Amino acid sequence: MRFVRKKLVQLIFVLLAVTFLSFLMLNLLPGDTAVVVCGISCDEAGLQQTRTDLGLDKPIPVRYVEWLKNTATGDMGISARNKQPVSEAIRERMPVTIELLIYSQFIALVVAIPFALIAAQRAGGIFDRSSTTIAFGLLSVPSFVIALVFILVFAVNLGWFPAVGYVKFTDNPAENIHDLFLPALTLAVAEMAVYLRLFRTDLISTLQEDYITMAKAKGISSRRVLIRHAVRPSSFSLVTVAGLNFGRLIGGTLIVEVIFALNGLGRYLYDGISGRDYIPVQGAVLVVAVGYVLINFAVDMFYAVIDPRIRHARAIA
Amino acid sequence: MPAPSPEFPSSGQAPGSDYFPSGDFLESPNMATEITGMVNADMAVADSLHTLDPDQVAHAAIKKRLGWGFWVASTWVAIVALSALFAPVLPIQNPNKLTSCTKCFPDSYHWFGTDSLGRDIFSRVIWGGRVSLTVGIIAILFGLVVGGLIGLVAGFFGGRPESVLMWGMDVLLAFPALVLTLALITFTQGRSVGFIPLGNSIWMISLAIGIVSIPPVARLVRASTLVFSHREFVLASRTLGAGNSRILRKEILPNVMLPVLSFAIIGVAVAITAEGALAFLGLSVAPPTATWGSMINEGRNSLETEAFISMIPATILFLTVLGLNLAGDRVREFLDVKEGGL
Repeated sequence: MRFVRKKLVQLIFVLLAVTFLSFLMLNLLPGDTAVVVCGISCDEAGLQQTRTDLGLDKPIPVRYVEWLKNTATGDMGISARNKQPVSEAIRERMPVTIELLIYSQFIALVVAIPFALIAAQRAGGIFDRSSTTIAFGLLSVPSFVIALVFILVFAVNLGWFPAVGYVKFTDNPAENIHDLFLPALTLAVAEMAVYLRLFRTDLISTLQEDYITMAKAKGISSRRVLIRHAVRPSSFSLVTVAGLNFGRLIGGTLIVEVIFALNGLGRYLYDGISGRDYIPVQGAVLVVAVGYVLINFAVDMFYAVIDPRIRHARAIA
Repeated sequence: MPAPSPEFPSSGQAPGSDYFPSGDFLESPNMATEITGMVNADMAVADSLHTLDPDQVAHAAIKKRLGWGFWVASTWVAIVALSALFAPVLPIQNPNKLTSCTKCFPDSYHWFGTDSLGRDIFSRVIWGGRVSLTVGIIAILFGLVVGGLIGLVAGFFGGRPESVLMWGMDVLLAFPALVLTLALITFTQGRSVGFIPLGNSIWMISLAIGIVSIPPVARLVRASTLVFSHREFVLASRTLGAGNSRILRKEILPNVMLPVLSFAIIGVAVAITAEGALAFLGLSVAPPTATWGSMINEGRNSLETEAFISMIPATILFLTVLGLNLAGDRVREFLDVKEGGL
């Protein structure tokens, strides 16, 4: 419990700092903040409205507290371009991004785990060496390059998947899964390389433990030893990294959403940036950062739950 | 049965191979280790039943070399770097000159063809390398200096400074890297500090990527500083009357530099990818300046018919990133030898 309390205090401090930084972003803008935020087609009334909305005449700490209060109650301001409330837009776009994240993690794990198992079984063998080399190569391909190659091969040449756009999940789940395959695969490529390397290394080191020798000595087949004895203790770091990647991938979804024209959170952020519409950008950054912090916290907690050694070691430290 | 000593696997024996081949034994640098090995011989037999990590086996069996992969990779990176450096004096075409030959396929005059505005892709690739490498190097240098200082201070002094600094790093890490760089570049658009313009100038882009690279450097440096500051040679130096700053400079910094070096090489690759992503989104340096990311983006519209417009810069970007990753990885393994022997 001490571990949980300590982590909770840390969480609150990090959240405060993250929200404060997101809040401060608007102040980085050059010139009169109200003029810039209000946008190009801004009249005198709109300017006045923006001033009162942002409370620019008050000192920064007061504005921060007010802004935090508004944000917590779901009021994140409105977009200067289409007057849509930011919180509403974010709620609309969140599902696609989350679906993309889960989908890509699923693909990555489904590919990486069997490959790692086969590779670890004969470490140093031909399969192990070639899969590790390919994984290393895949890690060096930027996601926007992978996306273009996939579009070129699977959408343009083979015509198996659409290059842009998708059907909503609520309209037609099967079609939706099919349409989102290329974007999810694009995101998954780098992830599967990471997972393959990680899980393989952990498996190999687990296979050197004494209890594995013991199991082998008892005459259990190596396949059974691998699946029944080695997988579970080797999967701790895989679980952690996969969890943490949910947050980290949000940056990656931005590029993928832009390329495949998916109406997600990343695309919302990007549209805000290219349209010089700053309130949505601030809102999207805030949501992403807070989401990331919360996911990290959850993974930390989960990790402590499944591995008591961690819980105690960290509480003492 | 005592556990096999940690030095044992790295003492020149690959478990699974024949024990004590006479040649190896005589050349062994460390008699004591070998004797422990003899005592533990039956332990070693048990060990040989396991499948060992192939990396480990390779380390023990052959003398460490950087390997041909490293040299191929560094040669490629060197070619890219040199041609970028000497781009203004190389006998290549003007990268921004528009010609009537638009979307021409590669031929003897336009080696890599031309883009949709008729500009020579070969020379744009070379000029684009200037942006990528400049951003990559400046960003990582910034990250190394700032992150390194933070890590050194946090690891060496510990206590309050450490918790405050590392908390700051956690906050920075809370923003996904691409989102933070985008935000920094967007919100400083049109602003300048002194005569240095911010926004999408090459300085701000480097700075934004550099800021993102601070936390990982700080964590790495802190971790190794922590290890080294409790070593005997630091104690010896302190006993001889050295102060904190001397110990940091003369004892800790040189030791911490090594692991950081391989990180820096891979970091340049990450920074180049990040700049590519920004340029691809149209948020890196303004056109018509050639960058690899923006060239890939511009070629997107003609992907169906003239894929080479995107794919050539994409290939160059990939090879450069791969080369840097490979070189960094080899350097890391190469430098690992020191720790193993201690």
